[in-house]
Amino acid sequence: MPRRPSIAICLLLLLTALALSACSRTADAAGAQAGTGRAIQNKGSDTLVNLALAWAEQYRVEHPDISIAVTGGGSGTGIAALINGTVDIANASRVMKDDEIAEAQANGIDPQEYVVAIDALAVIVNKDNPVSELTIDQLADIFTGRVRNWKEVGGLDEPIILVSRESNSGTHVYFLEEVVRKGDKENKDVFARQTLLMPSSVGITSEVKRNPHAIGYDGLGYVDTNTEKLIAVAKDAGSPFVLPSVATGADGTYPIARDLYVYTDKSPSQAITDYLTWITGPEGQAIVAKLGFVPIAKE
Amino acid sequence: MAVANEPASSPLATAPAPGRRWGEVIIESIIKIAGVSVIFIVGFIFLFLLWEGLPAILDIPLRQLFGPQWYPIEEHFGLLPLLFGSLLVTVVAVLIALPLGITTAIYLGEIAPPWLRDILKPIIEILAGIPSIVLGFLGWIALAPLIQTMGAPTGLTAFTGALILAYMALPTIISIAEDALYAVPREYRDGALAIGATQWQTIWRVVVPAARSGMLIAVMLGIGRAIGETMAVLMVTGNAANIPAFSENWLFSPVRTMTATIAAEMGEVAQGSTHYHVLYAIGLLLFLITLAINSLAARLIGVSGGRRSRPGGSL
Amino acid sequence: MTRQQTHRIAITVMTIVSAIVVIPIIMVIGYVIWMGISAVNWEFLTQAPRNGMTEGGIMPAIVGTVILTLGTAIVSMPLSIATAIYLAEYAGDNRVTRWVRLAMVNLAGIPSIVYGLFGLGAFVLFAGFGTSIIAGSLTLGIMTMPVVISTSEEAILAVPQQFRTVSLSLGASKWQTIWHQILPQALPGILTGMILGLGRAAGETAPILFTVAAFYLPQLPQSIFDQTMALPYHLYVIATQVPGMPVSIQYGTALVLLGFVLSLTLIASLVRTFMRRQREW
Repeated sequence: MPRRPSIAICLLLLLTALALSACSRTADAAGAQAGTGRAIQNKGSDTLVNLALAWAEQYRVEHPDISIAVTGGGSGTGIAALINGTVDIANASRVMKDDEIAEAQANGIDPQEYVVAIDALAVIVNKDNPVSELTIDQLADIFTGRVRNWKEVGGLDEPIILVSRESNSGTHVYFLEEVVRKGDKENKDVFARQTLLMPSSVGITSEVKRNPHAIGYDGLGYVDTNTEKLIAVAKDAGSPFVLPSVATGADGTYPIARDLYVYTDKSPSQAITDYLTWITGPEGQAIVAKLGFVPIAKE
Repeated sequence: MAVANEPASSPLATAPAPGRRWGEVIIESIIKIAGVSVIFIVGFIFLFLLWEGLPAILDIPLRQLFGPQWYPIEEHFGLLPLLFGSLLVTVVAVLIALPLGITTAIYLGEIAPPWLRDILKPIIEILAGIPSIVLGFLGWIALAPLIQTMGAPTGLTAFTGALILAYMALPTIISIAEDALYAVPREYRDGALAIGATQWQTIWRVVVPAARSGMLIAVMLGIGRAIGETMAVLMVTGNAANIPAFSENWLFSPVRTMTATIAAEMGEVAQGSTHYHVLYAIGLLLFLITLAINSLAARLIGVSGGRRSRPGGSL
Repeated sequence: MTRQQTHRIAITVMTIVSAIVVIPIIMVIGYVIWMGISAVNWEFLTQAPRNGMTEGGIMPAIVGTVILTLGTAIVSMPLSIATAIYLAEYAGDNRVTRWVRLAMVNLAGIPSIVYGLFGLGAFVLFAGFGTSIIAGSLTLGIMTMPVVISTSEEAILAVPQQFRTVSLSLGASKWQTIWHQILPQALPGILTGMILGLGRAAGETAPILFTVAAFYLPQLPQSIFDQTMALPYHLYVIATQVPGMPVSIQYGTALVLLGFVLSLTLIASLVRTFMRRQREW
């Protein structure tokens, strides 16, 4: 048999494989040693994710040694991860349910709650939609599918396209409880089945932006008033219609505003405690306002 | 040919036994173990899905599991809308892809001049390589608004998803249909043409019927490809867990598929909750559906028939 | 209508249909390039995202995808090639072999999201790796096995029988024959299959959704137990989750992902052509 030209390639391949396995071994060792140097894992609410990202970015500028890994997915996602012990900080746009706390405790984790910002939930429609005011009752009728045409609430004779967040989002749950069910615990209404469920906040604004029939809801921070139209909401028929804003969210006149939370285990590391203090302090809250959320009141 | 097709084991099996070192015995055992590892991997995946999915099937009354309402935060785990969504999107996708794919395969195999084929085939291969998230992104940002301007109340519909899935299934369908056509003996064509049939008559009356079983396989694998697709569907079908009323336009209604449901909700659930198990049960269902389709297709192709013959080995 | 007319019409229709298939593909590629090329520059490729990801580059996602691709190779290569050697050289025509083939076909057919479920349950939670590069690589590695096995097997089978006969008749053992003669000859084919499989893995989103992908990381992963950003998931995130995202960055990311995946395919076919020329048979 003559010379084998491919043997060089074979060698090359082998070398690469060796190099790679060596790499992975050193990486392995690094991972074992790192321990404390590992990024703080932060996961959860999509409403909060961009805020959390802005915090993480800014905090890294001030504390280059601390790195914070941010992931979205929904409040349920973050809480589930906290329960499973895979994150350090869970972001949530709703409070943990009792059974979730029980599950966490069963896994040896004792969740601690911190309010980090307030979010006014804006109801939005397309720019071309003539409707600009709705009561909570009307919203409930619309989102349960009892009202299916815009002319029934003073708009054009067009079908209503409902746009909502996925059911794992805290925004969805809040809107369900406070608007669809009007805060009534006995009420068992749910979103109409034809509701489009968007995996993210931006999904809602994008669909509302391009669809003249659509109505959706989203954290105020996500709404771009150049492309979507805010609906003024009234608590009931006799109340004034209020547009969502940082001011109306803070003073409580806008009826659909909720607290945003982060959860940690009972005794987090010093790095996490410092970070949470920074978030709730003036610097963190300045970022809150900058992103269109409502800063928490100073104690 | 006879020499080429001879099983390789005969000369190899008579390899001289003396002088074999222990190392070699070990390596060969490792290879044999690795060889059957694939069976264990598939078995392990199945058992894992079963293990995590079974509690849902046992805990939730069957009547509810096959009910019409999917609203997991209120413990409504009706799979019907999801099955409907997956089925509708898949069937429409295959209905679109099939005529396109088979016609293209015929065109490539029988009609196109060689230079054109050399251009077209790589393009279709490129389609197979485009990540589904890229197609989903384009569907979301460009195709959905287009469909909305065509008069649908929203652009996020079963049809939008089916259209994208159809193109994703096309490379599979085209390549299998081409193989099937290629396998039709030359003599069939020559015979038909010799008795005065036009090329079209030859294709339509002789070649296509002869390739029928291959076409069936193409359909099946197309379905298998379409039903398991996730990201593109998640982004463009609107994800409403709804079975539209009979009077409504099904094609242009939003639907929620099984795959999109898993992708959208799995991150949310706490390990061990009913919802977690239900999502695994959906995964199990998808696994079993594709398992059935692929096993059947494999049987039709004859892939599962033991050792493959060696292609012509002489020079 | 005469037969000739029917023939002509039929041919025309088929040409049009083929065009309907091919033209959108060219349009999709062209559109992504057209919309994305303006965003892609050196800064975009080498810098981390800034200002809520609406500025800067996508370097961490690119690096993450490269790491995941390598991890996938490390996981799937040894087992896949061993399986291919088994199928090509050792397997008899028996029940076990048929089961192996059936298993391979089914492994190839499992939906990617089911791999994601499996990876989450088996590697992230059960094995306790957490969302990490190792969990993602294992998931993607198993997913790519069928492609690598079948192309490797074909490559090994394509090595002419004479190589085996000669080597064995000179007194080499079966394993020596495989290691010194057959594998070097089959290498181009094996590499081609490997790269094709990796191309598929690099573009997948569903399997990494729960096993490794991070929305945003301030630094590159430090160990295989860290999460990482990855191009497909990054595209998903910036397309659907980040408000005020410039369209050019979205298309730019799509273009980089497309370029990465398609260049792997291109490399595979170059390897094949180049090595074929070097072949001794």
